[in-house]
Amino acid sequence: MSLLQIDNLTVEFETSTGWFRAVDGVSIKVDKAEVLAIVGESGSGKSVSMLAVMGLLPATAKITADRMLFEGQDIQKLSGSERRKLIGKDIAMIFQEPIASLNPCFTVGFQIEEVLRIHLGLDKKARRARAIELFKLVGLPNAEERLNAFPHQMSGGQCQRVMIAIAIACDPKLLIADEPTTALDVTIQKQILDLIMDLQARTGMGLIMITHDMGVVAETADRVVVQYKGRKMEEADVLSLFENPQSNYTKALLAALPENATGDRLTTVSAFFDGNPEPAPSASATGANA
Amino acid sequence: MADATLDTKAAEPVSTAQMRRQMLKEFWFYFSENRGAVIGLYVFVALVFVAIFASLIAPHSPFEQYRDAVLKPPAWVEGGSWSYILGTDPIGRDILSRLIYGAQYSLFVGLVVTTLSLVAGIVVGVIAGYYRGWVDTIIMRLMDMILAVPSLLLALVLVTILGAGLNSAMIAIAVTLQPHFVRLTRAAVMAEKSRDYVTAARIAGASPLRLMFRTILPNCTAPLIVQATMSFSNAILDLAALGFLGMGVQPPAPEWGTMLAEAREFILRAWWVVTFPGLAILITVLAINLMGDGLRDALDPKLKRS
Amino acid sequence: MTTDTMLEVRDIKRDYELPGGFMKPKKTLHAVKGVSFKLERGKTLAIVGESGCGKSTLARMITFIDEPTSGDLIIDGKKMDTRPGHLTSDMRQKVQIIFQNPYGSLNPRQKIGDVLGEPLAINTDLSAAERRNRATEMLIKVGLGPEHYNRYPHMFSGGQRQRIAIARALMMNPKLLVLDEPVSALDLSVQAQVLNLLADLQDEFNLTYVFISHDLSVVRYIADEVMVMYFGEAVEYGTRDEVFSNPKHEYTQTLFKATPKADVESIRARIAAKKAASAA
Repeated sequence: MSLLQIDNLTVEFETSTGWFRAVDGVSIKVDKAEVLAIVGESGSGKSVSMLAVMGLLPATAKITADRMLFEGQDIQKLSGSERRKLIGKDIAMIFQEPIASLNPCFTVGFQIEEVLRIHLGLDKKARRARAIELFKLVGLPNAEERLNAFPHQMSGGQCQRVMIAIAIACDPKLLIADEPTTALDVTIQKQILDLIMDLQARTGMGLIMITHDMGVVAETADRVVVQYKGRKMEEADVLSLFENPQSNYTKALLAALPENATGDRLTTVSAFFDGNPEPAPSASATGANA
Repeated sequence: MADATLDTKAAEPVSTAQMRRQMLKEFWFYFSENRGAVIGLYVFVALVFVAIFASLIAPHSPFEQYRDAVLKPPAWVEGGSWSYILGTDPIGRDILSRLIYGAQYSLFVGLVVTTLSLVAGIVVGVIAGYYRGWVDTIIMRLMDMILAVPSLLLALVLVTILGAGLNSAMIAIAVTLQPHFVRLTRAAVMAEKSRDYVTAARIAGASPLRLMFRTILPNCTAPLIVQATMSFSNAILDLAALGFLGMGVQPPAPEWGTMLAEAREFILRAWWVVTFPGLAILITVLAINLMGDGLRDALDPKLKRS
Repeated sequence: MTTDTMLEVRDIKRDYELPGGFMKPKKTLHAVKGVSFKLERGKTLAIVGESGCGKSTLARMITFIDEPTSGDLIIDGKKMDTRPGHLTSDMRQKVQIIFQNPYGSLNPRQKIGDVLGEPLAINTDLSAAERRNRATEMLIKVGLGPEHYNRYPHMFSGGQRQRIAIARALMMNPKLLVLDEPVSALDLSVQAQVLNLLADLQDEFNLTYVFISHDLSVVRYIADEVMVMYFGEAVEYGTRDEVFSNPKHEYTQTLFKATPKADVESIRARIAAKKAASAA
């Protein structure tokens, strides 16, 4: 049984020009202790599909899926309160903008203890102890002092560490990281990625890494799903994706990396589609669900 | 440049008119989501129609005194007559006709006061927001002083100085409303001024005047339009209040507030002489405020769903 | 041809005064602490560093947006008088800047045609028809079409907007272009297109680029010379090959080590390491 299994997920939004399909028939599967990277450019629907799983989309969004199973349990059938219990405890998420994801009115200690109170029901002393333990775990020095700091008193990297601490506070079985390092500097990105990967290896939780950065994919993923305009283009394990990409879109993305430049100019994506702006999904993407 | 085909293909040539139509359509989409706003808009359009064609619609002259029909109740009440649908006032004038003509005053005042305070507020606000420093401090403290006095009291003082009448009432109301525009414009200008496109225009060599009014100001219009509709209804209310206190439009002009004031002593004997002007003010102000809400939904990008 | 210097910066500094509160003295923040370099015509200097290292302040000084606290700026052999009010429009036109965020750098209420025509309208007395012609030519040059002339910025994608920003910068035939993270807000595929466009334009107009970036793979691709900045100081400065093959400063080495590697060998190594760890 896989940890999370989504079959044929479609998400639509209403706009002034009609319904817009942000995710179009995507199937995703994550096993225990597996790192899945969902990679795509803006508008590929990579974040939207995970927000749909978390139930974080506005009520106006139309979400349909054949199946949405978390540990064999159908998420779609859960009531609002059951779902909220699941989210934040068994499924946790971290976001792109660490400073914006924290409430500026409260100390970070209050925010992490709130999670511990709601999901684990710990008393005050136990919460404090666990919060300090978590802060040490994510590499925040002077944990006792740090708990009393407000988000604006910390740097972006430190805020992301706090976010990670909050996310892993209840020992989630699945962590969804939505572009966790995009807003950070390269050296900080390295530290945060190392931290996430280290926690993943230690706790054995499943990890979905949503990113647009091929470098991040290469450094973290076991398996990769490539998305484009709401559709899955390719699904493969990380090595074969980089070694032997199947879909034209993946080939194009890899060729567009500046480090893969051959000669004077970069290869651009359109060169792979023979003037056809819509790449077709490869066989591996459609076949992988069977 | 073959590599450009990917991102240029999606956009087909469109004319300016077509684009305008599309933007209007989008505006209407967001505006019409707010039911109250649409109702407000209909009421407002009806009001404008009534005001323009008052002479054709009104069954009687607003000044004609029918001595044989003093204080006649509305048509559906016992003793009423269908020739005076909403009844008559203490000196026998038809209330419906006076209300219809009164719409002219209200809309005219709303328009003039809003324009006056908007233009003055924008100019002062842009200067304060663009230059900051001591210019800003002096302007803003002055505006704070105006805001610190209750607006009706200030308007009363100004009217006393300028003499009662429609013109001085309009100027007085404009002065009390103008600080809101100054603050709003200043805040918007300060936010926009640090944006990259302003810097880009500066690098292109644009003069401060051009930067202020051509580059920055058009991007501050959304909150100003919303504030303008709110001012419109405020102006109507203030004018009615001044009229009620006898400092606004002078009798026998059929201004709603003045009508209320004239009818004060008959409240207990003839409820209709105060109810209908009051209702007219209420409905007008409510309609415009609802419309303002809808405008904010449609124009404020922060509230817009993408 | 050997010493055709386009831009020379000598010991340039920029301090910011932070206003002190009640009973607190003013604080001075040294954003750029004396940076010098020379750049030949038609070449690209990449300035690398993380947020807060002063690279954007440096860019703003070179484009006369901010005034340096001290130091000299010599452009095309002429020493620039950077005091406000002393800049002639001639000097202004030689240097242009492209901003990072293509969504903020275009006036949302200005049609593309007017965006491109504005520098001409301000600085020249060309007729409206002539301005229109020039703007249309430039649109085609950056890979857009005449049909885009009448549209508003929100109708374009990020990559297209960046093309428009580039077109606007080129309207007055500048010689030096400061590019402040021009591709870091763009998708990978669009990034490649814009980088190619910049390379094409550099060849065509013999432009000199100061390219500010935090992305080492982009820098490696586009730069002739590289300067690494760290807390307002240039800690490493040399040709691209020197810096990339033999980084001297400790910070540069850290930076290189932190950059994710997307080649097959490193992936193999990582997977092998992971297997070994889980087996143990």
